[in-house]
Amino acid sequence: MAETTPNQPVTKPPSPFVENFKTVMKKLKKNKAAMIGGYMIIFFFLVSIIGPWLTVHPVTTPDLTNRFAPPSTENWFGTDNFGRDIFTRIVHGMSITLYIGFASVAIGAFFGVLIGVISGYYGKKIDSVLMRIMDVLLAFPGILLALAIVTVLGGSLQNVVIAVAIFSIPMFARIVRGSTLAVRKLEYVDAVRALGATDVRIIFRHILPNIMSPIIVQATLRIATAVLTASALSYLGLGAQPPTPEWGAMLSDGRAYMWDSLHLTLFPGLAIVAVVLAFNIFGDGLRDALDPKLKD
Amino acid sequence: MSDKQNTIIDVNELQTSFFVDGKEVKAVDGVTFDVPSGKTLGIVGESGSGKSITSLSIMRLINNPGKIKGGEINFNGENLLDKSEAQMRKIRGNQISMIFQEPMTSLNPVFTVADQIGEAVMIHQKLSKKKAREKSLEMLKLVGIPSPEKRLDNYPHELSGGMRQRVMIAIALACRPELLIADEPTTALDVTIQAQILRLIRNLQEELGMSVILITHDLGVVAETCDYVAVMYAGKIVEYADVNTLFRDPKHPYTVGLLKSLPRHDIDMEGDLSTIKGMVPTPDNMPKGCRFAPRCPFARDMCRENLPHLEDEGDGNQVRCWIHTDQWDGPEVNVKDDYESAASKQS
Amino acid sequence: MFVYIVRRLMQTIPVVIGVTILVFSMMHLVPGNPAQIIAGESASPTQVAQMEERLGLNDPLPVQYFSYVGNAVTGDLGNSIRSGNAVTDEIFSRLPVTIELALYSTFLSIFIGLIAGVISATKRYTFTDAAIMIVALFGLSMPNFWLGLMLVQYFSLPPLQWFPVTGWGTPQHIVLPVLTLGTAGAAIIARMTRSSMLDVINQDYIRTARAKGVKERIIIYKHALRNALIPVVTVVGLQFGVLLGGTVIIEQVFAINGLGRLVIEAISARDFPVVQGSVLVIALMFVLVNLLVDLSYRFLNKRIELD
Repeated sequence: MAETTPNQPVTKPPSPFVENFKTVMKKLKKNKAAMIGGYMIIFFFLVSIIGPWLTVHPVTTPDLTNRFAPPSTENWFGTDNFGRDIFTRIVHGMSITLYIGFASVAIGAFFGVLIGVISGYYGKKIDSVLMRIMDVLLAFPGILLALAIVTVLGGSLQNVVIAVAIFSIPMFARIVRGSTLAVRKLEYVDAVRALGATDVRIIFRHILPNIMSPIIVQATLRIATAVLTASALSYLGLGAQPPTPEWGAMLSDGRAYMWDSLHLTLFPGLAIVAVVLAFNIFGDGLRDALDPKLKD
Repeated sequence: MSDKQNTIIDVNELQTSFFVDGKEVKAVDGVTFDVPSGKTLGIVGESGSGKSITSLSIMRLINNPGKIKGGEINFNGENLLDKSEAQMRKIRGNQISMIFQEPMTSLNPVFTVADQIGEAVMIHQKLSKKKAREKSLEMLKLVGIPSPEKRLDNYPHELSGGMRQRVMIAIALACRPELLIADEPTTALDVTIQAQILRLIRNLQEELGMSVILITHDLGVVAETCDYVAVMYAGKIVEYADVNTLFRDPKHPYTVGLLKSLPRHDIDMEGDLSTIKGMVPTPDNMPKGCRFAPRCPFARDMCRENLPHLEDEGDGNQVRCWIHTDQWDGPEVNVKDDYESAASKQS
Repeated sequence: MFVYIVRRLMQTIPVVIGVTILVFSMMHLVPGNPAQIIAGESASPTQVAQMEERLGLNDPLPVQYFSYVGNAVTGDLGNSIRSGNAVTDEIFSRLPVTIELALYSTFLSIFIGLIAGVISATKRYTFTDAAIMIVALFGLSMPNFWLGLMLVQYFSLPPLQWFPVTGWGTPQHIVLPVLTLGTAGAAIIARMTRSSMLDVINQDYIRTARAKGVKERIIIYKHALRNALIPVVTVVGLQFGVLLGGTVIIEQVFAINGLGRLVIEAISARDFPVVQGSVLVIALMFVLVNLLVDLSYRFLNKRIELD
């Protein structure tokens, strides 16, 4: 391996991602919208960690004497059909939403990147087989693939994560494959290979760091999609089951009462919009900062 | 300068700036020249000298963040800078036309050749679609495209670079403009095609009796095509002369430097190809005095401190250089003959 | 072009095969014995064994797969567990509504998206541009079912009561579901159109058109938009797929008896033949739409070399 070679003639160029970190931060700071998105995400994390300690109402225990209470100083977002405080439930649901977003995208990105790198790096037969499989996954439009997966696995929070993860794999695979093809053509990759570096080493040390930017941008935007998809599955009753304070499930519960008590559906929906919006804004800003090709 | 009656266009103290990040970049900074009717003026300069911006300013095609800040552009005695956008549209493509450097990207990929040539005459001469098509065919013949009938319905991607530039010329000349502005029309083409296109422009000029402004960085092209030459440097004209005088008796050190860096086939090359030392100044680092001073082998303190004016040399030719003024405080200099020895002493 | 069409069709074949394999596997991936599920919880072991025999579950998997595909080609997707009706009949009685819903929504999103995108691009960096882009960002970030609920709350309930709450059939029924389903698509198309227009407007050939004396409005709508639309076409195709998937949930929100609602009903009733069949039909429709989009893209973009 290269470390044991006494005088190593080829030095790896610093990863463009690390190299550009400062410029990226500078550009991000200039992009007001992206900064707002970033601060919102940080705020949501704080809420998910600290929030549950600060709320005073029980999350799941019904209080049948206080059903459908409208928003007040006591119950900021009102109470639901079981008399539970909606604000408390939304705060507790934050970690579930972030968990679904991050876990499903992390799993999806892991397998998608793996497939994309293998496809782009080895090419030929492996590439066409893997890409045809990705085409098959992409042939199920929108939420339908996740729906089919949840049907097979059964409805639960875990299975929603798995379904949304699988649904994300082909997007990552395609992007990573394209980027890998581009990086593979660079001369230094040939040079490193000529020195006897193994494929695994080339992929991890030389290719992956170079394609981090599109992966990070895509992951950020995918979190937004994942949260939306998961909330839809829960709304259909195929995701998190009651009494979990998952926002999609809360919407599903509140639907029957929305004619009289709008707050049951209004606030959980707004919470979803806020989180999705934050990741979309931040992702857009990241793309502008990381990917000079796409700036307008 | 030549008297006004025989001048098709007279640009006076033109100033065009770009506003980037709150800073003003003076791309064209007080440019003055004229073009005698029926003649060809070459504007020569390195990239970034402002020659292309000058030509786009004449067309009033400067877009945000650019802005024409001042000066006059008198075309047939009327100042184009006073015209409304609607009035300008009637002039563009009709009385003044322009062709561009990149024939590969200057034609719209989704329209046919006939559509693109015909559009100009349909706008300006209100011709019917059928008449416009006839006109397109006539223009293709004029610019010497083989089997023009077949080419009418071609899309740009079906044509070679040389043919696309011929189509561009056909578009520009469809309404028989009085003035044609050609911005580096041959730079992107093969050498053999370059000569053909230049000859075509030259022939059409004589045939149609129009005036031409030819923007180029290549003095060789100027020698073959132009009657007059304006040399631009860092947003200003540094020398204006008829083509014979300029090549025989160049007065500005920059012009001499450009001429010296032309490859010559008729004499043996002695030593290295003489190029001008240093770089074109960037707009945020513009010298206080003469803009060429940092690269000029003759530069003295007065050059570095004060900007010289564009002075008439009495024969209609002009130069912007302290050497040719009474104020010159240095030793007698013959710019052309002394350039090389002075340049070799330059650090 | 002909060669391309043939090649593109050839590429579609493995995808269609893959889709059928995946849909076929669904039945076998479900925990539990499919025969037991179909025969019912209370069925006796003998009944289950009979059902296994009838469904051919004792055959090797490849044999089962080929018989499934063979039947599917002839239009036989099995029978619904709930109703006993042929799955094909159930699907085709529901399909027209869903196609209508998806098509109207696609048209709406193209219409709004294009107009908003072009306005945004031509008024770049103005208040109008910022406003359109912010609205688009919200459109993109809203769960569509929630948007549907809010629209119903506002427009269908007193005092406005402009549109019916649920159902399908009259023009009034169409408005809210189509608006709900089309919003995200409109947002995406608006963003895409804007960036595509901005890209095109800086091209040399736009400068050529200006130099010809063409009016700005004609430059935008004739010279620029034609070119800017080319990448937008792909997005429109993808959006149609997303909308097709979205009908599943929107039909649930508005109680529209389309294919999407059929899927959900079948899932909750564990009526797997119907789920399988519907998923298959929707996926195949999407494959077909993508094929058409690719072909029209190729047709529109005359610059692509036929390699």
